[in-house]
Amino acid sequence: MKVLVPVKRVVDYNVKVRVKSDGSGVDVANVKHSMNPFDEIAVEEAVRLKEKGVVTEIIAISCGETKCQETLRTALAIGADRAILVETSEELQPLAVAKLLKALIDKEQPQLVILGKQAIDDDANQTGQMLAALADLPQGTFASKVEVSGDKVNVTREVDGGLETVSLTLPAIVTTDLRLNEPRYVTLPNIMKAKKKTLDVVKPEDLGVDVKPRLKTLKVAEPPKRGAGVKVADVAALVDKLKNEAKVI
Amino acid sequence: MPILVIAEHDHASVKPATLNTVTAALAIGGDVHVLVAGANAAEAGAAAAQIAGVAKVIVADGASLTEGLAENVAAQVLAIASNYSHILFPSTAAGKNVAPRVAAKLDVAQISDITKVDSPDTFERPIYAGNAIATVQSSDAIKVITVRTTGFDAAASSGGSATIENADAVADSGKSSFVGREVTKSDRPELTAAKIIVSGGRALGSAEKFTEVMTPLADKLNAGLGASRAAVDAGYAPNDWQVGQTGKIVAPQLYIAAGISGAIQHLAGMKDSKVIVAINKDEEAPIFSVADYGLVADLFVAVPELVEKL
Repeated sequence: MKVLVPVKRVVDYNVKVRVKSDGSGVDVANVKHSMNPFDEIAVEEAVRLKEKGVVTEIIAISCGETKCQETLRTALAIGADRAILVETSEELQPLAVAKLLKALIDKEQPQLVILGKQAIDDDANQTGQMLAALADLPQGTFASKVEVSGDKVNVTREVDGGLETVSLTLPAIVTTDLRLNEPRYVTLPNIMKAKKKTLDVVKPEDLGVDVKPRLKTLKVAEPPKRGAGVKVADVAALVDKLKNEAKVI
Repeated sequence: MPILVIAEHDHASVKPATLNTVTAALAIGGDVHVLVAGANAAEAGAAAAQIAGVAKVIVADGASLTEGLAENVAAQVLAIASNYSHILFPSTAAGKNVAPRVAAKLDVAQISDITKVDSPDTFERPIYAGNAIATVQSSDAIKVITVRTTGFDAAASSGGSATIENADAVADSGKSSFVGREVTKSDRPELTAAKIIVSGGRALGSAEKFTEVMTPLADKLNAGLGASRAAVDAGYAPNDWQVGQTGKIVAPQLYIAAGISGAIQHLAGMKDSKVIVAINKDEEAPIFSVADYGLVADLFVAVPELVEKL
């Protein structure tokens, strides 16, 4: 069966972003970008399903500017078979991405779409669920375990207070949580091999999707800073502060 | 047009996250209605009707809503969505699961995790793990929103007298079914509702040590137990204890972090706590930059001593 794995190019996990002084956004020029960590988990899961013989073809997809090709090459190096870039310089919001992915579902007819539960830049946590709604498919979000059997997939989900398992009729959408797997390191031979794999480029217009942003960002500001605290000498001093100054115990 | 709040509930009672979401709805202005989508959920409906400021409660009751499956709950919300200018979900695992389905079906953008209402169409929300706050404006006819509960006070759970209306439950989608649930049993307060949280990091070194050192402190303070991602990844603490950007966002009166260095992703989950205490051997640890009270000490000595002296 065929699996689609959408991946997003984001500012690297370890970069502490700075808000631009004019309040128009955060400064993302000249900082390291990587694949969204949750999407890396999604690619890894698809590759493991292929190694188990459940999946036959993995198609990585990214939506955005030309540089997203690097992210797709990473997905190919982890083990995706081919890639599609939906290229646009427009700011893409989750609803637009979900519509682009829906168009690609119609074209590719996958049995499973695996994607990250949220991107670490806009922290929206929307795309997978929106895609499921647009394609009228069942969803298993925040997955910590994915088991395909026959025409069903069982997804164990991380929910408040524990875990929950749902059974979905394929085709289905799965979004990954942190504990689903630990992505493998990409090896040099695989990076070389990835360069030879097919990477198609399409435009949103080719898919008949209007990607104009719906939300307008009026400004981006620094969060309020916490006042500098004090160091206390010992446990007794700490207990005294909590009881008599902060009065929280 | 009125505003719809989707209740977080367990069929018998309404969860606290609903109360914060009602406050956000009241800040937008207009009549606030609450949807309780459940099974044998009359009790939760009655509890929702007591929430101060709520005008009407709609109880949709039926087997398709027993387990909160996203496909069915979203369909239930969509059945009445066109009556509302805003649809608000608490930003909980359940709310985050359902809200985008509703937004996509309505062909509107979702505004995730709002922390402030500037006007009925303009909201503030954290991005980049809370390292920036974006002010966003929506021009969509219906605004679908998830509410970060730590951004809004809880509405009073009593004093209201909303009318209660019953609605038919939607048919089951037939595409998903509930298999089972493993709930972490605990007598402790839920993390997102706890007044005090004690949280442990990788420095604890093992699951046994985590329990041995952190539990007495949590017991003493009647606190919720949290953990850093590093501690959860290492298997010292269960997944749903994780505090941070992609785990739980908490803002208790007191947050005690022991052996947590303070990665930005962790700080994103707890920096709105009223009072933060950090106990760490490394005086350069970033956690001290947000701590009101920092104690540079070995947690294996300091935490037991703290339990004794409290």
